[in-house]
Parts: sequence; structure tokens; C-alpha cells
Amino acid sequence: MSSDMLSNLYVFLLATFVGLEVIRRVTPLLHTPLMSLTNAISAIAVVGSLVIAGKAETSLSAALGTVAVAASMINVVGGYLITYRMVRMFKKREPKKP
Amino acid sequence: MSENLIHFVYLASAACFILSLKWLSAVPTARRGVIAGVIGMLLAVGGTLLDPSIEHYRYLAVAMVVGAIIGVPMAMMPMTAVPQRTALSHAFGALAAALVGTAEFFLRTPRIDHFTMGALTLEVILGSLTVTASLMAAGKLQEILPTRPIVYPKQNYVNLSVLGLAVLIGICLIVNPGAWVLFPVMVLLCLVFGVFLIMPIGGADMPTVIALLNSYAGLSSCMMGFVLNNKLLIVAGALDGSSGLILSIIMCKAMNRSFGNVLFGAFGQVKMSAAQVEQKPYRSASPEEAADLLRTADSVIIVPGYGMAVAQAQHKVRELFDVLTRQGAKVRFAIHPVAGRMPGHMNVLLAEANIPYDNLLEMDDANSEFPQTDVALVIGANDVTNPAARHDEGSPIYGMPILDVDKARTVMVIKRTMNPGFAGIENELYYLDKTLMLFGDAKAFVSELVKALSGS
Repeated sequence: MSSDMLSNLYVFLLATFVGLEVIRRVTPLLHTPLMSLTNAISAIAVVGSLVIAGKAETSLSAALGTVAVAASMINVVGGYLITYRMVRMFKKREPKKP
Repeated sequence: MSENLIHFVYLASAACFILSLKWLSAVPTARRGVIAGVIGMLLAVGGTLLDPSIEHYRYLAVAMVVGAIIGVPMAMMPMTAVPQRTALSHAFGALAAALVGTAEFFLRTPRIDHFTMGALTLEVILGSLTVTASLMAAGKLQEILPTRPIVYPKQNYVNLSVLGLAVLIGICLIVNPGAWVLFPVMVLLCLVFGVFLIMPIGGADMPTVIALLNSYAGLSSCMMGFVLNNKLLIVAGALDGSSGLILSIIMCKAMNRSFGNVLFGAFGQVKMSAAQVEQKPYRSASPEEAADLLRTADSVIIVPGYGMAVAQAQHKVRELFDVLTRQGAKVRFAIHPVAGRMPGHMNVLLAEANIPYDNLLEMDDANSEFPQTDVALVIGANDVTNPAARHDEGSPIYGMPILDVDKARTVMVIKRTMNPGFAGIENELYYLDKTLMLFGDAKAFVSELVKALSGS
């Protein structure tokens, strides 16, 4: 195993623990927005897709990469937009009318 | 230089994602959280486009625009459709990961070291099974596919052997990455397994399954990070994976069931024997009678369930909330963790109907309030209010944490008929002396209630 792989494993370990700690604190009120937000974040697959499609080493990799870019862009755009829409719906009690 | 720059941009992006989730923990900072997430993603995409090895910008631009154009309507769906929308987006995310994994494999076979091949195999297995499983889940949630579990004898053996075979082929590929013919077979088996996995799962278990698929999609992206040696992908994928894991654990706990039980238990099968209970007496009431009782109530807790969402009654419920609040009653909502078809679904529906979120109670807080409550009004919820879960060891839901609505002074249940609910379990709550059954469609009945209350 290369040293790159080993440091990647450390990153994975630490990120998982950070994730567990941060997400445990999310109020159940916001569990649906949480899911759509993490869904948008995991559309980070767009990074890998862009590299594969942009290099276009073979026509197969270009085709698969391009479809992957489109699929992950759906989640980037759709995921953040709907999360923002949902989060804006949560309002505190209106001040009492006189 | 540009290489280093990209690394720093990725680092900043990873920080944004962590902050984004941290800020989502509470409503006042949640918007900031979404914006941090957007900035993180812009940095990630921007940083990647700096990569000098990317040459074919025209295809990229077209693909990105197409994705964005489909993404916008995906974000504009009504809140009742959010569960199927989420399932669908898990499918897109997993599809991207599986496709990149496949492309990477065929570019590099047979010169792939065993460790990378291990990550690639996991990426493609998780990715492809999540694609079909999420599509199935979306189909069931949209009710294109039958929502009842589809079961047949020895189903678990069939499912596990399909997955087992796929994993076995995966191991062969790790040992010998040159055996490229095996790769499509593995993908195919995983796609089939995804379909089989969801077939026996009923609507009531969807919250857990969606959370689990969320986790798989995240882990798949994470594995892509190992394959491409990209730490940003690993961080973002791990965040998504742990989020899905936590949510599915919460859902399982809220139903007092294990992962294995959800995936292989085929809950929600119609249990004919349980439905054939002798006719017991119960009390029912008209909207006017119910309104008279509500008029004298000082405190009311409304317990909404999926039935409220199906009847699209949430806006009428908001009117009821307004009328009761105006006459001086303290009105709150008690929300069970598995109410609805995905984690937190009910909260979003009520927030959309403009109900202030400080009036929404979590299960534990609600249960300490019920004994001091005049009226508990159950709208479209069933099993999560069944007192049998506390004392009847023979009941299929024994041990499941429930909302103790039976502790309130009066219980009202809006329901179409006396038929047992989705899981086919008789609810003894309906036969208590303090319970009034209000028969009718949730939306229609709540508007009758509002009319009767505001008419006085």
C-alpha cells in the first residue's frame, strides 16, 4: 500500500468521525433538509466525473463521464435549491397581534 | 503552481462542507449552512476546472447545463413528494459514482493495484445496487409500483446469493484486475440485487430504507475518492455516509427494529389473523360534537401522520391551529420520528403550511405533556399511537416507542373507517372510553371542525 493510500485512510477515518459528531447534533426538525443537503454534498462525484469526461481518454470514458457529469449536476442544482426552499419554510411564532 | 492551488481550493471546499452540516444543526443558522454548502460546491467545481488535463470543455458545458436544467424542476416538487424526489436523487448520485468507477476501470485495467481495485469494486457495487434500489423506492413512494411488500418463499436466500455472487466476482477482480469480462457481470448482478432488495419492503419502512440508500450513495462517492486519490471526495462522501447511517439508526430505534429486520423482515404484510378481532364497542362523534369539546379545551396536541399528508390536509390543519389558538388554547404538534415517508417529513409539511416550528414537539417532550393535555387529536397516524406497543408482548409492534396519546384526557381520532392500518395491526386506542372516533376524510373533517368552531 502506498503512503498516499494510507493518508487517504486517515482522512476517511477522521471525516467519518467528524460527520458522526456534527450530524448527531442536527435537530430532528431538520432531518429532511439534512438528507437533501447531504445528497447535494455527495454530488461531489461531479469532481471525478469532470476529470474523466474532460480528459476523454477513450470514447467510452468520455461518454460515461459526460453522463455522470449531468447526473451529478442534477443533484448539485436540485439538492441545494430544494434544501434552501425547505429551510426557508421554518418560521418562528409570529409576534402576537395587538 | 496550479496543482497546489487546486489542492488548497479543495481544502477550503472540504471545510465549507463540514461547516455547512454544522450550521444545519439548528433552524436559525440553517440558511447559512445551505449557503456554505453551495460555496463548497462552487469551489470544488471551479478548482477541478483549473486542472490542466481537462481539455474538452464543450462536452462538459453541455452536460452541466443539461444537469442543471433537470435539477431545477427536481427542486420545485411539492413537499408531499419530497420522499420520492430524494430517492430519485440518490439514484442520480449513485449513477454518477458507478459510471465513473466503470470508466476508470476500463481505462486502467489490467494495471490496477489491489488496494485501488478494492475501492473501485466497492464503489461500483454500492453505486449500481443503489441506482436500482433507489429507483424502486421512488416507484413505490410515487405508487407507480405496488407499495405492499412483494414476498415469495426463500426470498432472502435468493437475494443474498445474488449479492454473494457479485461480491465473489468482485474479489476475483481484486485478485486479477485484468479479468475485465467479469466486470459487466458484477454490475448486472448488483443492478438486479438492488431491485430484489426493495421488493419485500413496505411503505412504513421507507424512512429507514431511504436513509440507508443515502448512506450507500455517500460511501460510493467516498470510494471514488480512494480510486482517484482525491481527499475532497473522501471527506464529502464520508460526511454523506455517516449522515445516512445516523438517520437509519434513529429510524430503526424509533421502530424498535434492527437493520436486518427492516431489510429482510418484510414488515407490513397483511396479517389476516390479526385483523379478525371480534367487534368491540367504540364511540364516534360528529364534527359539531367534537368542536364543542375542542371549544372548552385549554391545551390540544395534534398528532399528524402520513394519512394527513395523503389527504393533503396540512393547510386545513393550519386553519384549525389558528382557530384554536385564537380562542386561547395552547396547540402543539407531536411528531413521531417515523411519521411520514422519510426522516423529518412531517416537520417539513407542517412548516410549509406555516405552522411555527416552536409548536412542534419531539416524541419525548410530547410524552411528558400528554398527561396535562385536554385533547389529543390524531390525524392520519395509527401504529405510532397504539398503546399495545407498551404492554402487549404478543403484538408485532411491542417495544416500539410510541406517542402516549392515551394519557390525554380526551382522545380524538380522525380516520376513514375502523379498518386496521397499513401494518394490519388492531389499535386498542380506538376502543378506550376516552376515545372519540371521527369518521371521514382528514381534509374534509378538519374543515368541518374549523367551520363549526369559527361559527360560534
